[in-house]
Amino acid sequence: MNNVFDELHAPGGAVRGHYAAYKDWLAGMAPEQIAQKRAEADSAFHRYGITFAVYGEESGTERLIPFDILPRIIPAAEWRMLETGLRQRVCALNAFIHDIYSAQRIVKAGLIPAEQVFRNAQYRPEMQDIVVRNNLYALISGVDIVRAALPNTASDAAEYYVLEDNLRVPSGVSYMLEDRRMMMRLFPELFSRYGVAPVEHYPDLLLDTLRQAAPAGSDDPTVVVLTPGAYNSAYFEHAFLAQQMGVELVEGQDMFVDDETVFMRTTQGPKRVDVIYRRIDDDFLDPLAFRPESALGVAGLLSVYRAGRVSLANAIGTGVADDKSIYPYVPDMIRFYMSEEPIIKNVPTYQCRKADELSYVLANMADLVVKETHGAGGYGMLVGPASTKAEIEDFRSRVKAAPDKYIAQPTLALSACPTFVESGIAPRHIDLRPFVLSGKEVRMVPGGLTRVALKEGSLVVNSSQGGGTKDTWILEN
Amino acid sequence: MLSRTADHLYWMARYTERAENLARLLDVTYRMSLQMHASSGGYWGAALGITGLEVAYKAKHGEKIEAGNVLRFMVVDLDNPSSLLASLKAARENCHAVRGTVTSEVWETINTTWLEARASATQLAQGAMQGSDLTKYFEWVKFRSHLSRGVTVGTMLQDEAFHFIRLGTFLERADNTARILDVKYDELAPEDTTSNEYYEWGALLRSVSAFEIYRKVYRDVITPNRVAELLILREDMPRSLHACMKEVHQILGFVANARSRETQRIAGMGYSELRYGRIDDILEVGLHDYLTKFLDGIAGLGNRISQDFLVPMS
Repeated sequence: MNNVFDELHAPGGAVRGHYAAYKDWLAGMAPEQIAQKRAEADSAFHRYGITFAVYGEESGTERLIPFDILPRIIPAAEWRMLETGLRQRVCALNAFIHDIYSAQRIVKAGLIPAEQVFRNAQYRPEMQDIVVRNNLYALISGVDIVRAALPNTASDAAEYYVLEDNLRVPSGVSYMLEDRRMMMRLFPELFSRYGVAPVEHYPDLLLDTLRQAAPAGSDDPTVVVLTPGAYNSAYFEHAFLAQQMGVELVEGQDMFVDDETVFMRTTQGPKRVDVIYRRIDDDFLDPLAFRPESALGVAGLLSVYRAGRVSLANAIGTGVADDKSIYPYVPDMIRFYMSEEPIIKNVPTYQCRKADELSYVLANMADLVVKETHGAGGYGMLVGPASTKAEIEDFRSRVKAAPDKYIAQPTLALSACPTFVESGIAPRHIDLRPFVLSGKEVRMVPGGLTRVALKEGSLVVNSSQGGGTKDTWILEN
Repeated sequence: MLSRTADHLYWMARYTERAENLARLLDVTYRMSLQMHASSGGYWGAALGITGLEVAYKAKHGEKIEAGNVLRFMVVDLDNPSSLLASLKAARENCHAVRGTVTSEVWETINTTWLEARASATQLAQGAMQGSDLTKYFEWVKFRSHLSRGVTVGTMLQDEAFHFIRLGTFLERADNTARILDVKYDELAPEDTTSNEYYEWGALLRSVSAFEIYRKVYRDVITPNRVAELLILREDMPRSLHACMKEVHQILGFVANARSRETQRIAGMGYSELRYGRIDDILEVGLHDYLTKFLDGIAGLGNRISQDFLVPMS
């Protein structure tokens, strides 16, 4: 790919304005100083135990997510555009979820085919006509944004695109907060010099959002974070958020249902729970309603939820809106519910379920990214240009066998940001996951989590596949 | 607070305290075995006896009690759930499960202890399990335990989490002090006051940081009965049974709930016996019998605490 947008340099090699001061500062740092800061960061992350477990490796394996000390910088005006666009998009997505679990206007209007919604594995018939507080289903959304140039366009024609809406249990916000804390510890002087917008109030916003979602009538609601347990890959984040909000971190076994109420077992006897920020999937929430073998959830939870006596964040069934087969319709949702034009674009997407688009995909597989509609975490996808012939042929037969399960997109040249690698500083591809909170108003802290693909040329930023993270600076000016 | 959280905190503290006491015991045993080489097998047998590990040791290393093997088994062997390293690991895993409940300083301290303990244990295990590396390791474990306790007292809100940590600490300490005293007292004839005996009683005192305290309190030669009095009945001796049970009784008052009345009563009885007890009466019953009964009482109290607070049925 030769049209990669360089976050640092404008075409011709000049440093972009919003990086200039930082670049000057960096040039004045001795290599030993930088090496020492990097070692300090590594050792501190180890001591804090900011780790994640990796599936498929020896059980209990904990790894650090690589942290890169070079920040990703976004000028204020660009962030204002992104913020407005994110607010618009998440509002529309919440309106969509509410709609399909109530009047289903968008389906009746013929904008989205009924089978795309109701035959979707993420659609939850149990949610039909359940009253959800403030009609908000996705209280916490993690929207993946990339800056990229479409194929055969100039690198500086790059624009921001939404790659994915994560509306179930998006993770990563703890890394956003810890990366900032680390940067302030390593380079306190930079923050006073630069006017970097703060992000540290995220836990306060989150708690406030969760409290707003409490069942009507609970004046001083009890909020808990529900985790699958200490061996889950994102356990660090669950514990971190519970601690930062000052609420209990519970497992399924800590709660029980009695008298249409959810209680947790405490040293002072049972205590009522009003809002559950659950970090487990729908399927595991209630063994009586979903997977009977699940030991992670609480038996009877769904019946309490249906009675409106406990709130879940996010609501059950939000996955129907972030599924990759629904993704192509989000711009239409924005027009339908908001009567506005989308501010942040969708990546052009081919739906393999449509015959003409399927044949295009099959003919151009080597140039495309092909994704399973239910895949996540960088699994179940083919990056055509980076794959061998055999891999492409294997995927081709999988797509042919079940075209409904696949979509395809042009291979985007994700923008690249300077990053420390073994050979020194080199550009690596990045994305951005802002965390959007929906309450009486839609709020977010400036920026989000910047993920970086550390392998040269790689476009996969997921931490499970060798991705790292960077602090994200939104400049205030 | 959540019962499960309280359970993890309580066990985190118990394992930390257990590691410290084990380090104390092994340190003293090692020093004694260097001074009095002839009877060293006996010291190591006693160390296994105190911790109730004799059977497990023999299953792994055979009948012969040999210093290097005992140390390997009790310090670095993760297959032995009561080894020093295994205790530090269990403390860390319990802390990990509730890392959001303790302050980040507490978590960092316990996590670092485990990471460093594992690294130096790997080095130790490659050597002959002797020499200054070994004694440094024991010193270090004690120091880390002091640090855990200090960071707990110095940074944590004095809420239920704090109380359950302290409850675990003092219950475990009472148990460990009673065991150290029991085995030594059993082994050493109280009437015998040869110089060997002097060193051995001195070593026992040192193992619970009580040698200097003894001098300060009694200003006299070391006699077994005074040692027993100091470690059982002195209210102001921080590792005595009296001091530990005073804390346990008080903490149970702080965390009392609707079903804990009987547990508090039992703890109160135990505390009163220590508070108003006399060493002559205890020695008349026989110290071994007294301590056996005390250890049973501690185990029973531990079970009651679990049922009332930590893993309640509903």
